[in-house]
Amino acid sequence: MSSAKRQLLSGDEAIALAARHAGVALGAGYPGTPSTEILERFSELGGRGQWSPNEKVALEVAIGAAFGGARAMAAMKHVGLNVAADPLFTAAYTGVTGGLVVISADDPGMASSQNEQDNRRYAVAAGVPMLEPSDSQEAYDFLLAAFEMSERWNLPVLLRATTRVCHSCTLVEPRGPGSPPRSPRFERDIRSRVMIPAYARAAHRRLRRKLVEIQEWAESSPLNRVVPGDGSLGIIASGISFMHVREAAPDAAVLKLAVTHPLPMKRIAQFAAGVDRCVVIEEGDPCLVDAIRASGIEVEGKAEMYRFGELDVPRVRRILNRDLSPEPAKPAGKPPQLCEGCQYRLVFEALRKRDCIVAGDIGCYTLGVLPPFEAMDSCICMGASVGVGLGLRHVLPTEQARRVVSVIGDSTFVHSGISGVVEMMYNPPPGGHVLVILDNSTTAMTGHQEHPGTGRRLNHAPTNKLVLENLVRSLGVQRVHVVEPRAGSDEFERVLDECLASRELCVVIARRPCLLIVKRLRELERCDCEEEEIHAQPGH
Amino acid sequence: MPSQVTNVVIAGLGGQGVLTASAILADVAVRAGFDVKRSEIKGMSQRGGSVGSDVRFGGTVLSPMVPLGEADFLLVLEPTQVETNRHCLRPGGVLITPDTVNPEQLAGKKSLNVALLGALSARLPLPEAAWIEALREGFPPEFFERNRQAFLAGRGGR
Repeated sequence: MSSAKRQLLSGDEAIALAARHAGVALGAGYPGTPSTEILERFSELGGRGQWSPNEKVALEVAIGAAFGGARAMAAMKHVGLNVAADPLFTAAYTGVTGGLVVISADDPGMASSQNEQDNRRYAVAAGVPMLEPSDSQEAYDFLLAAFEMSERWNLPVLLRATTRVCHSCTLVEPRGPGSPPRSPRFERDIRSRVMIPAYARAAHRRLRRKLVEIQEWAESSPLNRVVPGDGSLGIIASGISFMHVREAAPDAAVLKLAVTHPLPMKRIAQFAAGVDRCVVIEEGDPCLVDAIRASGIEVEGKAEMYRFGELDVPRVRRILNRDLSPEPAKPAGKPPQLCEGCQYRLVFEALRKRDCIVAGDIGCYTLGVLPPFEAMDSCICMGASVGVGLGLRHVLPTEQARRVVSVIGDSTFVHSGISGVVEMMYNPPPGGHVLVILDNSTTAMTGHQEHPGTGRRLNHAPTNKLVLENLVRSLGVQRVHVVEPRAGSDEFERVLDECLASRELCVVIARRPCLLIVKRLRELERCDCEEEEIHAQPGH
Repeated sequence: MPSQVTNVVIAGLGGQGVLTASAILADVAVRAGFDVKRSEIKGMSQRGGSVGSDVRFGGTVLSPMVPLGEADFLLVLEPTQVETNRHCLRPGGVLITPDTVNPEQLAGKKSLNVALLGALSARLPLPEAAWIEALREGFPPEFFERNRQAFLAGRGGR
């Protein structure tokens, strides 16, 4: 037993370890369940991991690092890739010099997300290769493989993991650090990297040629493999579904696809022809089954009812049995709620009392939608509160428009609320608008990560601090209030009433550190002071 | 299945130490030489909602999730969460609840998760030494003695 070498790691931790062993020079991202731990662990292991204001910037930083010849990765949750889609699609055209791997952590079943979009679609849409691990060992191995692919074809590679891979711990035998990566060095390549139409047309053709080559390679790559079975039943699966399949149908032959874009269609056809019944078992959208059928291979898919939520062993059994009977409802657990003593409770109480129409946003404070508050009327995506609030203000009758308030957290505001304020200044509603920034000095929802407004980097080291009130004032907002919502104080309510009555463009920053980080903050500030004292000593 | 897999589901509310308990159990099973998988849903665990974690160990473990109705053991840290999780248990599976341990033998509520692990440990094929090592390494040193006592209290039964 080589148990000394084996480590029980989550998929996220395995990716982080592999990134260190691959010599990744820079990892960037924005926190989002279930991806957050990748960069945190990468940093703990000594890697340069950093939070960017949002996923788009993170990917752009990673692209720059890869243009410079270094290995780089960007890590984000599935909806984060929507934000980063713009650079991704064109980076597929430009290609990269150093390896670039983009990690998309999808959340089928929505354990902690606003949708369950299937990001396998992005691999097809952007034209980049995709690898899908089914456990932590593969998360480790596939990250290394993704870098090799990225550098072989000079393309960004998508590594797609799902909640059950990211957050499940399974045994990993690491290979140890690889040979040191090449040193970063700028080599000019204008035609490849400047996507004016004349150069982009050639780049698109180049991309398609690479994908044909990769498909040919995938036909024989050992990453895709067959688990032999008795021939009566063959199953095609990838990612976590593979594990459920092996347990639900231990005698079936299984074609396990690691590379889910581009698909090795010859190999799939051969597998399907060798079994009596061939079923595609996939979580989420019918991506594989549609693609396989489109190339003329007869395979069976799952019923529409299994598109929703995660798969598990019992659901795979049902799919194989073509069982369409209603599934047993799971008893509802206790829903989460705003912490006792959370300052946002006061804010949502105040909004509810005034019957405000609240355009909300993504974070802990989305819990303001639940009883006893029920003080949120919309929540779409990161940053949407500002634009949605403005749209409502523009069209609603005056009596309703004047009650519209946008509510956004500090990290979310920095992520994508700032351009909403620019919009507010540019196209002001006639009755003004009120934006409340809930500033608890952390990205609380995902486990208290730093962001530019906290003045600390991913590893909590001090850095330049984005001061939110200075920022919004500089954008031209005249009525800016900073208040501390506290039990026994009516200051927040007074300021809110003034703003609602003013018909001006107002930003109220409700600032108080999250209860759960108060202890950590005190500790960090103490360390900062000690640092300063050391630096202040003569001779240092 | 290639060999027998033991399925444990641990449930409770955020802040009770459900995830810590499942991490300790998984660590012990690794130390004992088993294949182990541990799964959890923790997105909002710090906000007081329901938290659950599955630990599976044996010769070869495939899915990281305990299939519904196949748990050999259900360990529940909070009485209100028993009914919402009972469906995890297989017929004849063992339910372990807070009244399994005598609260007077615990240093405080914080030790409940470890005490219930003690109760579970009496029924699992995992050596006591591995448990003690996992408790020693899984917590800051100042908590070790308290946890060891809670564990042994649970292991001895009430």
